[in-house]
Amino acid sequence: MFDFLLDPAQLTDFLSTGLRLSIPLIFAAMGGLVCERSGVFNIALEGQILFGAFGAAVGAYFLGTPTGGLGFALLFGALSGLLLAVLGITLRVNQIVIGIAVILFSTGFTSFMSRVLFPGSGNSLKLQGFGPVAIPYLSDIPVLGPVLFSQDALVYVALLTVVAVYLVLFKTRIGLSIRAIGENPSAADSAGVPVFRLRYACVIAGSTLASLGGAYLVLTQVFLFSDNMSAGKGFIALAAIVLGRWQPQLAFLACLLFGFFDAFQLRLQFNHPEIPFQVFAALPYGVSILALVGLMGQAHPPAAVGRPYDREMR
Amino acid sequence: MSVVGQPSVKAQTPSGAEPRAGRVAQSLIKFAFMLKTVWAVLAALILGAFLVQLAGGRPVAAYSALFEGAFADYYGISSTLVRMSPLLLASLAVIIPLRAGLFNIGAEGQIYIGALLSTLVALYLPEVLPSWIHVIACIGAGALGGALWGLIPAALKAYRGTNEIITSLLLSYVAVYTVGAVLHAWLMEPGAPYPYSREIPDALVLPTFLSETEAHIGVLIAVAAALVIAVIFRQTTLGLSIQTVGHNPHAAVYAGLDVKRLTLSSFALGGAMAGLAGAFEVLGLKYRLFDHFSPGYGMQGIIVAFLAALSPLGSIVAAFFLAGLQVGAGAMQRTTGIDTTMVEALQGMIVLFVAIGLAFRYHPERWSRRVAAWQKPTQGE
Repeated sequence: MFDFLLDPAQLTDFLSTGLRLSIPLIFAAMGGLVCERSGVFNIALEGQILFGAFGAAVGAYFLGTPTGGLGFALLFGALSGLLLAVLGITLRVNQIVIGIAVILFSTGFTSFMSRVLFPGSGNSLKLQGFGPVAIPYLSDIPVLGPVLFSQDALVYVALLTVVAVYLVLFKTRIGLSIRAIGENPSAADSAGVPVFRLRYACVIAGSTLASLGGAYLVLTQVFLFSDNMSAGKGFIALAAIVLGRWQPQLAFLACLLFGFFDAFQLRLQFNHPEIPFQVFAALPYGVSILALVGLMGQAHPPAAVGRPYDREMR
Repeated sequence: MSVVGQPSVKAQTPSGAEPRAGRVAQSLIKFAFMLKTVWAVLAALILGAFLVQLAGGRPVAAYSALFEGAFADYYGISSTLVRMSPLLLASLAVIIPLRAGLFNIGAEGQIYIGALLSTLVALYLPEVLPSWIHVIACIGAGALGGALWGLIPAALKAYRGTNEIITSLLLSYVAVYTVGAVLHAWLMEPGAPYPYSREIPDALVLPTFLSETEAHIGVLIAVAAALVIAVIFRQTTLGLSIQTVGHNPHAAVYAGLDVKRLTLSSFALGGAMAGLAGAFEVLGLKYRLFDHFSPGYGMQGIIVAFLAALSPLGSIVAAFFLAGLQVGAGAMQRTTGIDTTMVEALQGMIVLFVAIGLAFRYHPERWSRRVAAWQKPTQGE
């Protein structure tokens, strides 16, 4: 079952598949983590991946370039973040309710609009995407080279995002303020931290990051948009945040774990055609649940997460 | 409360005519707030009209085709009723736990497991029982399946503190794949072009209550379930306890309520409702278990629940309306060429506007002050 790990070619294939499957989770988890660290529960990651995927398809279709797709994905992600922020921070509607509303809205809206904007193409739509970028010299290293250094540009972006989120949250003044408003907004407010503005920034930035996960799916993996293509990835990313105890580096590892597990079950599907494929396809979801269950208890979310800040209520 | 408002009103209006106008204005405003959901639906319909325009259609034609297809004649209404049954039951699956402050967004999975258990009992329970008892056993198996699947996230929440939103949703995927796997491995009819089970025996098919239509008694059971749930919330200790947990779990603990048990029972009851929806799809409508048979009833149940402001009685109306949109979508596509997914976009906008509407609450004092302020300029001139 695990002997493929000894063969360099198969190992390389397995590792790079695992990494590729982790990328949407990494983008979404980092985005969600930034939101939650600032005290806003972003359950809409699932919808934002979908918006990102849809935006990428729209941009790539009408502008004809993957960069255009990326631009539209970012725009759609930012808009969904703005919506979430206005409703959850300014109007103080229950953040879980809004998150679910945004998910349901994204599903219906993108399904219809994709039929309007890409008429008759269905699943045959073939969009311009990004190709792999090999980093000179490093990509020649056996196994590690092909896995890490001859990937698509967005893979490097995802890895850099993890580093950036970690550095911003834990090594900068702004990061300290973000963590403060996530734990105790009224104390941070007294200390002069602009709670509302900072939460807006975090939610919009986080949502934009999550939408990159969708852009990655469309622009480097399948090159088309299909209904509901986020397929629960946003919720697996939420599980990864909890599993990573709201630490970017641990959440990143959790995403890798889920991604590699996904690659592993795909292998099992391929090697065991006699067993119904659904048995394996269900595994990543089951494992995410088990991981959550196994680790809860020690994990504490930011204290103020999900509670809209109201200056008049202390 | 209206201490600030009153003196100014008195000072401005010695005759007494204006306060009455003020009162009328204020009750109109209050009424407008009560119709919040209606405004949300109207806003969505207006935006939907723009979408139809964007898709190259004529909004009036599209909407009239849609509403005629759903509500204008006997067959339209009966189809709408058939569609309403799973939506209503799925919304109850959301409403019951949400009254306890818990989000069940995994009704979809509970529907699938309910349908699976119901099918197994229909196909494999020896046909020695009188058929009406066998039918009840099938329905009961559906409810049991949904309840058991709902108990998983509830137990994880109660005993491990695991976030029920994430687990219930992820479990839906597990459930859909489980049904697929069972179909592939055992239940699939040999030679079928698509994974579906054998047909259930004729004796187990749910009777219909409108002649020459598919309107099966599952619709009536769904409505009855909504009524029962409404009574449970209004009249019983269980209902009151669930809602106390929802309002303030800490207070519930001090009141001596067993929060864990209520978490389990609200999810089990909700899951049972979703399981019924799955059972009725098999027993009343399709007569087989199909792979991927639900077009997202679980998620649509959330829309119904929000639209009904978590009222079980309101959800009867909301489910009927949403079912009408879905049934009418086909007619709209046939006559105007606008794709049926327009209704999905419409549903998405409805739920978004309902959520936005939650931000606007009616504050009597605030409005009495404003009404008084509006009257000032006319007084001066």
